[in-house]
Amino acid sequence: MSVAIEINGLTKKFGEVTAVDGLSFSVESGEIFGFLGPNGSGKSTLIKLLCGLISPTAGSARVAGFDVLRQTDNVRQTIGYMSQQFSLYQDLTVWENVNFYAHVYGLKGEKLHRRRDAVIELTHIGPFRDRRAGQLSGGWKQRLALSCALVHEPQIIFLDEPTAGIDPVARRELWDLFFQLSSEGITLFVTTHYMDEAERCSRVGYIFNSKLITYGAPDELKQLPDVRPADAKWVEVTCPNTTIALSELKRAPYVRDATIFGQSIHLLMDASAPLDRIKTTLEQIGIREAEITPARPSLEDVFVTLTKRYAGNGRVMRET
Amino acid sequence: MFRGFRSVFYKEVIQISRDPLTLALMLLVPMIQLMVFGYAINTDVRNIKTAVYNLDPGPQSRDLLHAFENTDYFQIVRYVESDEELNKSIVTGRVKVGIKIPPDYSDRLLTGRQATVLVLIDGSDSSIATQSLQVSSQVGLTESLERLTTVLQNLQSRTSQLPIEVRPKMLFNPDSRSANFMVPGLIAVILQIITTLLTAFSIVRERERGTLEQLLVTPVRPFGLMLGKLVPYGLIGIVETFTVLTVMRLIFDVPINGSLLLLICLSILFLFTALAIGLLISTKAQSQMQALQLAWLIMLPSVLLSGFMFPRDSMPVVMRVIGYLVPATHFMEIIRGIVLRGATLVDLLPEVLTLVAMGIVLLVLSAFRFRRKLA
Repeated sequence: MSVAIEINGLTKKFGEVTAVDGLSFSVESGEIFGFLGPNGSGKSTLIKLLCGLISPTAGSARVAGFDVLRQTDNVRQTIGYMSQQFSLYQDLTVWENVNFYAHVYGLKGEKLHRRRDAVIELTHIGPFRDRRAGQLSGGWKQRLALSCALVHEPQIIFLDEPTAGIDPVARRELWDLFFQLSSEGITLFVTTHYMDEAERCSRVGYIFNSKLITYGAPDELKQLPDVRPADAKWVEVTCPNTTIALSELKRAPYVRDATIFGQSIHLLMDASAPLDRIKTTLEQIGIREAEITPARPSLEDVFVTLTKRYAGNGRVMRET
Repeated sequence: MFRGFRSVFYKEVIQISRDPLTLALMLLVPMIQLMVFGYAINTDVRNIKTAVYNLDPGPQSRDLLHAFENTDYFQIVRYVESDEELNKSIVTGRVKVGIKIPPDYSDRLLTGRQATVLVLIDGSDSSIATQSLQVSSQVGLTESLERLTTVLQNLQSRTSQLPIEVRPKMLFNPDSRSANFMVPGLIAVILQIITTLLTAFSIVRERERGTLEQLLVTPVRPFGLMLGKLVPYGLIGIVETFTVLTVMRLIFDVPINGSLLLLICLSILFLFTALAIGLLISTKAQSQMQALQLAWLIMLPSVLLSGFMFPRDSMPVVMRVIGYLVPATHFMEIIRGIVLRGATLVDLLPEVLTLVAMGIVLLVLSAFRFRRKLA
């Protein structure tokens, strides 16, 4: 597999604030790379750097083999970009938007027709051809944005929180589209806050306080020694009154970390302690029915654990 | 270098046509402004409402009042019976001028003594006051002279004519119609405001909605983008120039003494500076609100310091310098020169060159800033 994006010590400062701090990693062709991190951690800044919208303070990056600083034009011709906020012309129709971007990218003649039809076919937006973009629902707006970002056959597309604020069905459909694109050899660089989306990525990177904390395939990350210390194990506890149970378990001496995960509690406990000790702890506060099973850490566990480690004092700092 | 111009231009045209309200406003608002200002800003004061307190029974006093009315400046709307009433009419604003003729007016005239007439003028409106003051003194003077000549004739003097006669001749705009003066100036102001605002808004709107960012990841060139946005508004500006000139000619009946072609060419030159100012504003403003505020910075001097309303010669030096830096000031000279004085290109060379220089500086500066902001 060839390298689609190569980032080397990339740094961006806005005055005194460092938005992206010495990032180095690479993304391979045809993969879906998930880029995660709290709001304000530098995700959008990195995408803007890679698209050549802003120039780096230090370091370099190559996108599709082109230097983002020196070969910006080549970069722009090979990438597609879908920003966080819907940024197409609301007063133009679906067709006019696609047409506009096709022309902007310099498509002509037979190729122009072929590509316009292809993206409309791909995103199934045909029935809304003549509707104004502003009157589409959230999911369809994203499909239109994707159509416009794909019209010039980019090798790489950057998607900045493409599923923020759209309904679960539309979200799943959009992800099906992403997989289809990935199977056609297009590289996708996606930022998201959804863990289920992160789990579906071939690899993920996690940025915190402008620094890349970790990156790799989701399964690899779950095996990291920080996440899975040799002397500890992950356990899933399903019981009634989860909130009370959680605060009690957090106080237990053998428990290192505990979080609520859906209807159950995920906890990291000393490997030496038997699972029955959990039952005993819960019975002390009157919870008798508890299902306790050994578990694998989820991606959320991975990020929460790593964030706590890197934030130092055990509290996650958020900038929002 | 100009990549993307055609796509952006075409897109902009569709967007403008999608928004008929804005389009209508762009073309109608200048019309309405022209109508309102053209008719309302009228410095020719006529038919000033006047009250009369006449204590003199003789025909001479009636002659005098006729003389006042015949000037067309005074319109006697009421006769009052006391000083108090006369005063009150002015204080309440019902009349602007009060004329009081004393009871011995005719007697004094007949006996060859000096007769006095009191003219009270409401000084709260300066143009009315100045006019009333001038015209009433004139009426007094004319009446006196007429009497004097009669006296001279009676003395069988040879000359029944006045020794000196000054014959002022107004060269341009002989009727001193203020429309002839105001309307061309108004065109300068309107063109400036509309084109500057529209251009600034159309670019800042794209920034506000994030569409500018989306455009910037494409291979579109800053110049292509810039021209694609400017040209449609430039065309609208040209259409507007034509309509406004037509209204000036046909509705306000302002004759164009100079070359129409020259006027149109120089209007387009002026449009360029207005577009460039809009572009410059758009490189600074992050929102349409900010753009509006910045536009006021240029619009206020264009209205107040350009000579549109107040003569520039009587302004303090600082204000005159600021006014000089505003393109509208020079265009004001040009349009008035061509329309009123029939000036030619050679006559207007200093203004035209200044405007060309301003246009070049503004366009280069804004294009440079625009490029730097984007790249």
